[in-house]
Amino acid sequence: MQANIPFWVGGALIMSLTNEKIQQRLQEKFGELVSGFEEPYGMLTFAAPKENNIKVLQFLFDDEELRFQFLTALCAVHYPERKGEELAVVYHLHNLVDNVRIRFKVFTDINQPDVYTATSLYSTANWMERETFDFYGVNFVGHPNLKRILNVDEMDYFPLRKEFPLEDQTRRDKDDEMFGRGGSFM
Amino acid sequence: MELTATTQVPFPGQVHPTEGGGVLISKLDEVINWARSNSLWPLVFGTSCCAIEMMSTASAKYDWSRFGFEVARATPRQADVIIIAGTIVNKMAPVLKRLYDQMADPKYVIAMGACATSGGPFFYNTYSVVKGADHVIPVDVYIAGCPPRPEALIHAMLTLQEKIKSGGTREQIKIDKDMNIING
Repeated sequence: MQANIPFWVGGALIMSLTNEKIQQRLQEKFGELVSGFEEPYGMLTFAAPKENNIKVLQFLFDDEELRFQFLTALCAVHYPERKGEELAVVYHLHNLVDNVRIRFKVFTDINQPDVYTATSLYSTANWMERETFDFYGVNFVGHPNLKRILNVDEMDYFPLRKEFPLEDQTRRDKDDEMFGRGGSFM
Repeated sequence: MELTATTQVPFPGQVHPTEGGGVLISKLDEVINWARSNSLWPLVFGTSCCAIEMMSTASAKYDWSRFGFEVARATPRQADVIIIAGTIVNKMAPVLKRLYDQMADPKYVIAMGACATSGGPFFYNTYSVVKGADHVIPVDVYIAGCPPRPEALIHAMLTLQEKIKSGGTREQIKIDKDMNIING
């Protein structure tokens, strides 16, 4: 364990677990299944088919080097323009030993938003998945108690999907340019 | 403005001096109102940032116990006044109603801040916010602000005290009406 704690050598922080190493381990294990590797703001991000999400999470959890055993956040994103994979489920994972964070995405069709639950791996996924279901309608298959958590039970829509206008379309007192969405700015 | 309730509305009644003391003449209703207004127990209830200001008002710097509010109750059954400190969302509305129903009469309501008054910043483009707590329970005093300063909350509480002393609360008006019906 001692060897995995980050330490300073010659003024540089030596991380025992780098993004390159994580990517290499994942590609060794899953090959073509894991894709879309990028590092926005230094955080390793990648995707996998939704059928394989638990396999990937399990590997990240169990592997002796990777040890991503803490689920920081779980949420969804709606991409209306990506036909056939409109909803993304995003897992933020933390390796608490090496203090490394990664982001893992799976995409699903909005007409059949079934994704396997991560509750068997991470107990904390229970409420996060309920929230994601509540706001985006992702159906987490195998979840022990998948019902709304924040909104009223009677609600019959998923409010954070981008099928609703962001605000009253009749308002003229807001300049779109000031909000980075249109005007001469875009 | 001097912030003492007793200087704003004096004790109701006159003292008729007699030998060796005096006789106090007053109306029982007014004495009861005076007593009630000076021992209002608030319910511990806060749903967002206004609650932080309310806590500040309760603690040492502003210290609302100077005006008879010190005994904040954690149960509606022992509380006299509910300060709606924060946004009321659709899911919270039935809870608020239930808390209000569980409070014993006479009971009073202060709507603190823009959210409790009208929905405030959530008035437009919302799917979850109640646009004013008075859609759920009747309100005695409204405070403007987002959030209001502790001075504003204290002013609202003094206003409520004056309202009770002058018999202007919903409760008092209802009792007066009932008595008129009984007495013909």
